[in-house]
Amino acid sequence: MSTATEHPTYNYKVVRQFAIMTVIWGIVGMTVGVLIAAQLVWPALNFDTAWLTYGRLRPLHTNAVIFAFGGCALFATSYYVVQRTSQRRLISDGLAAFTFWGWQVVILAAAITLPLGLTSSKEYAELEWPIDLLITVVWVAYAVVFLGTVKMRKTSHIYVGNWFYMAFIITVAVLHIVNSMAIPVTMWKSYSIYPGTVDAMVQWWYGHNAVGFFLTAGFLGMMYYFVPKQAERPIYSYRLSIVHFWALIATYMWAGGHHLHYTALPDWTQSVAMVMSLILLAPSWGGMINGMMTLSGAWHKLRTDPVLRFLVVSLSFYGMSTFEGPMMSIKTVNALSHYTDWTIGHVHAGALGWVAMISIGAVYHMLPRLFGKAQMYSVGLINTHFWLATVGTVLYICAMWVNGILQGLMWRAVNEDGTLTYSFVEALEASHPGYFVRWLGGMFFLTGMVLMAFNTWQTVRKGSTAPEAKASAQAA
Amino acid sequence: MSAFWSAWVTVITLAVILGCTWLLLATRKSQPHDETTEETLGHEFDGIAEYDNPLPKWWFQMFIGTVVFGLCYLVLYPGLGNYQGLLGWTSHNQWEEEIQHAEEVYKPVFAKYASLPTEELLKPENAGGLKMGQRMFANNCSLCHGSAATGAHGFPNLTDNDWLYGGDPKTIKTTITNGRVGGMPPWGAVLGEEGVRDVAHYVLSLSGAESDSEAAERGKGQFQALCTACHGADAKGLPILGAPNLTDNTWLYGGSFENIAHTIRNGRAGVMPAHKDLLSEDKINLITAYVYSLSNK
Repeated sequence: MSTATEHPTYNYKVVRQFAIMTVIWGIVGMTVGVLIAAQLVWPALNFDTAWLTYGRLRPLHTNAVIFAFGGCALFATSYYVVQRTSQRRLISDGLAAFTFWGWQVVILAAAITLPLGLTSSKEYAELEWPIDLLITVVWVAYAVVFLGTVKMRKTSHIYVGNWFYMAFIITVAVLHIVNSMAIPVTMWKSYSIYPGTVDAMVQWWYGHNAVGFFLTAGFLGMMYYFVPKQAERPIYSYRLSIVHFWALIATYMWAGGHHLHYTALPDWTQSVAMVMSLILLAPSWGGMINGMMTLSGAWHKLRTDPVLRFLVVSLSFYGMSTFEGPMMSIKTVNALSHYTDWTIGHVHAGALGWVAMISIGAVYHMLPRLFGKAQMYSVGLINTHFWLATVGTVLYICAMWVNGILQGLMWRAVNEDGTLTYSFVEALEASHPGYFVRWLGGMFFLTGMVLMAFNTWQTVRKGSTAPEAKASAQAA
Repeated sequence: MSAFWSAWVTVITLAVILGCTWLLLATRKSQPHDETTEETLGHEFDGIAEYDNPLPKWWFQMFIGTVVFGLCYLVLYPGLGNYQGLLGWTSHNQWEEEIQHAEEVYKPVFAKYASLPTEELLKPENAGGLKMGQRMFANNCSLCHGSAATGAHGFPNLTDNDWLYGGDPKTIKTTITNGRVGGMPPWGAVLGEEGVRDVAHYVLSLSGAESDSEAAERGKGQFQALCTACHGADAKGLPILGAPNLTDNTWLYGGSFENIAHTIRNGRAGVMPAHKDLLSEDKINLITAYVYSLSNK
């Protein structure tokens, strides 16, 4: 097993910082998620306090899990992967440190302004203009460090994982800058420069590509390193990675309009968005196939290696949610699913099942290597974490499927005189059990993260206490 | 969309779809192996090699399938710039067709009751019509007045036979059709805080609630000068203006001292939206009967 001392020339400090913050922000973001899930079951839990209300905490939850938890995981793994696959230290320790501290300041600013109700009101881009400017500066520094390191690599080719990381970094820069264009009126208030429907289209071009490039391309970069590394197997097909990479980034760009089906968006835009979303299915699945097939000949390792389990199960959820996405983009399906909890379930199949699980697997893979330990403090705890995360995700998405289809059908049901059979509040009442199960699933997932924090703390502090054989026995 | 933008949209849409297809076909054509292989590309990254395996056949077919579906869809439906598609479908057409269909199906259901006055609709043989009125109330009115029509803060209770504008069927119908705007002007600037509190005590005393009699006495004069124009000399309200009766125990915005003082100080603006453009006359007829029935059992 390789350890940090094996590569004294790599900058592991910034990777360690981001990896630890991944765990911490994961707990913070998911705690807020569990709280607002609980508020939907027990509304009194907002304690009649403005900054504890659902409307203010929901954007805090999404920003914390996507950009704080997911963002730190992407920073940590991309810096780790680019150094090891390019056989070169990051080109600038100073800039790398700036990206770490800059990103933490962005997160803190979000954690303060969003509960205060300061928001641009654009989903996943709620932060007001001063924070947007800071994000831009940090992101450009990130691009310089990453692209510069790739350019100065000591290998002949660029590793496929780094293609995906580069696509993610460059595209997110473009998305963030274009969508956040606004005219400031005060320090904490600005107005989008785009009018009406154009604003909606720009927002969902951004919103869907935040999913496509932040939460998909970035994490595929992660997958392309950690799956073959943990399985100790070659990547299944280089050809497949070429085709699915280019097709994925070309078609994702077009799909955002499917968030605006049956709205004032022109018909042609909706049609093109739907067609591109369907064509996106195969390129999305290319990554899943390449990850899964990499395990052929190594499936037995799943019996003893809970880290590999995290990585493989994340690919299954990835495959499932990237099948579900194109289906939901079909206009007639969307007519049923849109505005219901089905969408929330779909997002969490991706967010919990794919993004969080692969990040957790990658962090478990990196931690011992970053801190020069033989292995994690407790492999048994990783296994417990795996089951908590899996059960939590399944509970969550099943509850939202049931709720979503229930709501969709109740909202469209009509009596023989054309009136709606159910009032809105009846559909809400019927959703109550599903909200409880969703909260329970969230609790499972969060509990797993707390175990991870304990395991991380113990690993950093003292390393593994158990010999390898005993740890495997615990896992089994 | 101008011809330029239409061409732009068409060209880049097709370029992306056909470009992906070309890449797919070219990669498949150039692959040296048709079956799974142990051969790698020869380069290694941190110990990770890459096999030169072919594209999975089923995946290739699925990819081609979605491209074919997509191109067919773009031939049939509007998508490529200004091109309208062979089916002539637009979302507006679809909406019109659905409205037309609804008219055809539901019109006869309503026609049966369209000419019946409220008194007739209350008879047991027309219970079906009243039921429809209740459903339309749930769909259109319950958001403010509540599912049970018992109202909420600022939204009148429709079940208690206490009416702002009058509760006969004709007035109810007018209220639903044209809406109402109930304006209580703010008196804080005119009365001053002391005056507001005095008048509030007087208003409390009108309905026999506990109040400071000295303050109420002082407030009486100001009430008569400022408030009687709308609420009437006897404070029993004026339905033509929608000014509420202040001598009973029904309060639209709450009957506590604080609530009343707030109303006097800041005024109130109550709005009942007009429904003449939202609901047809025969529908309003049935809702009227339902609302009337709530307090006339």
